[in-house]
Amino acid sequence: MEGVERERRNRYTTVSIPVPLYERIKSLIAGTGFTSVSQFVTYVLRDIVSEMEKQKVQDAVSEEERKEIVEKLRRLGYL
Amino acid sequence: MAAPPHGGRLVNRVARGARAERLAGEANDVPTIELSEVQAYDVANIAHGVYSPLEGFLTENDYVSVLKEGRLSNDLPWTIPVVLDVEQPLARELLGSDVALSLNGVRFAIMNIEDAYVWDKKEMAAKVFGTADPSHPGVQLVMSSKGQVLVGGKVEQFVELPEPFERYRLWPKETRVLFEQLGWRTIAAFQTRNAPHMGHEYIMKSALSFVDGLLINPLVGWKKPGDFRDEAIVTAYEALLNNYFPRQSYVFSVLRMPMRYAGPREAVHHAIVRKNFGATHMIVGRDHAGVEGFYGPYDAWKEFEKYPDLGITPLFLREAFYCSKCGGIVNEKICPHDESYRVRISGTEIRKALLRGEVPPPTMMRPEVARVLLSMRDKLFV
Ligand SMILES: [Zn+2]
Repeated sequence: MEGVERERRNRYTTVSIPVPLYERIKSLIAGTGFTSVSQFVTYVLRDIVSEMEKQKVQDAVSEEERKEIVEKLRRLGYL
Repeated sequence: MAAPPHGGRLVNRVARGARAERLAGEANDVPTIELSEVQAYDVANIAHGVYSPLEGFLTENDYVSVLKEGRLSNDLPWTIPVVLDVEQPLARELLGSDVALSLNGVRFAIMNIEDAYVWDKKEMAAKVFGTADPSHPGVQLVMSSKGQVLVGGKVEQFVELPEPFERYRLWPKETRVLFEQLGWRTIAAFQTRNAPHMGHEYIMKSALSFVDGLLINPLVGWKKPGDFRDEAIVTAYEALLNNYFPRQSYVFSVLRMPMRYAGPREAVHHAIVRKNFGATHMIVGRDHAGVEGFYGPYDAWKEFEKYPDLGITPLFLREAFYCSKCGGIVNEKICPHDESYRVRISGTEIRKALLRGEVPPPTMMRPEVARVLLSMRDKLFV
């Protein structure tokens, strides 16, 4: 349980951004669903980071396994 | 190209050949936990990458994070806790060691118990379902679990579990190869727990109009009383697809996963799972994965706003109905006519008609579908 408390405290960290950018974001999000600059920045970063992570995808099946799968798919009538 | 798996790598915890034999031998020498059917098929889903990036049941860090943030502790979106509950004395004894997992007395997987922690079922229900009301069928399922302790840790499966619809069982690595072979780059997944009516057909075809193909993927397994039985769903789909869908436009396969009726959170879960199968788009309809009286009709749509990093695009499709003035199945967005022209496609009315032995109106259900359902009249519902 102690570990969980520590985990909670460690959920957030600080990243520096220029003050004028902070102000721009603040006025941009006024009246939108975003309640803070941090929330907005987190949202935007998740969007971008997940796109970039797509480049690093690993292929799961070997050539041999692919052949086996195609064989099975043929047998079942999918191909 | 199919969507990359959630977390970037398709999990494979299925042992084959010599390794499977070795694990089967080991399983005889360690304590065994007998699982329920729901738990056992969760193991199979983990092992075959349906729940990628999960490699086992959630440890406490992930469990807490999923409840609180709707994300795993590594920040990846994850909304439904995949957990294993056991009796307390057993958990303490087993911490740090390997156990065998069995279903109906047959050992089929090994699990390393990395973590054991007390859970608050009510808290879990409140966070996941948005309610702890015991009349909610998903809450009931959680409350009926007997173990006071959750155990987390990786699993490895060495025997396949039985599947009554073997002919329609495809795992993520198989659908991925299939989509590649078919040359599909965009795939819309359709989740269902129902026999198909005209509204479902309309929604699937709306999506199909602008993607390469459909993954029609009904859930089989645990459902609440009154829902269609698995056999009814599969047979009804065969009738619909054979008569009304171009053969090259869809892949039909079943997924053995319990319905939890968790509405918004489950809609996101359904999307993540279909992303692992390679789908690029997820059809999200009215009251997706909901249950009468607990969620707003379009709450699930809003839930997706929290996840810019989901990696699968939701297709929000409105409820379809028949309009006699338009002369076909339409939706709110494209039909300008008032209620007097409109016939709602009501699941409840369809059920009632079938139970009376009558064919539901053709504005609601295809006659070919209705006929096969009527032929299994005593075995239609859970
Ligand atoms: Zn109309």
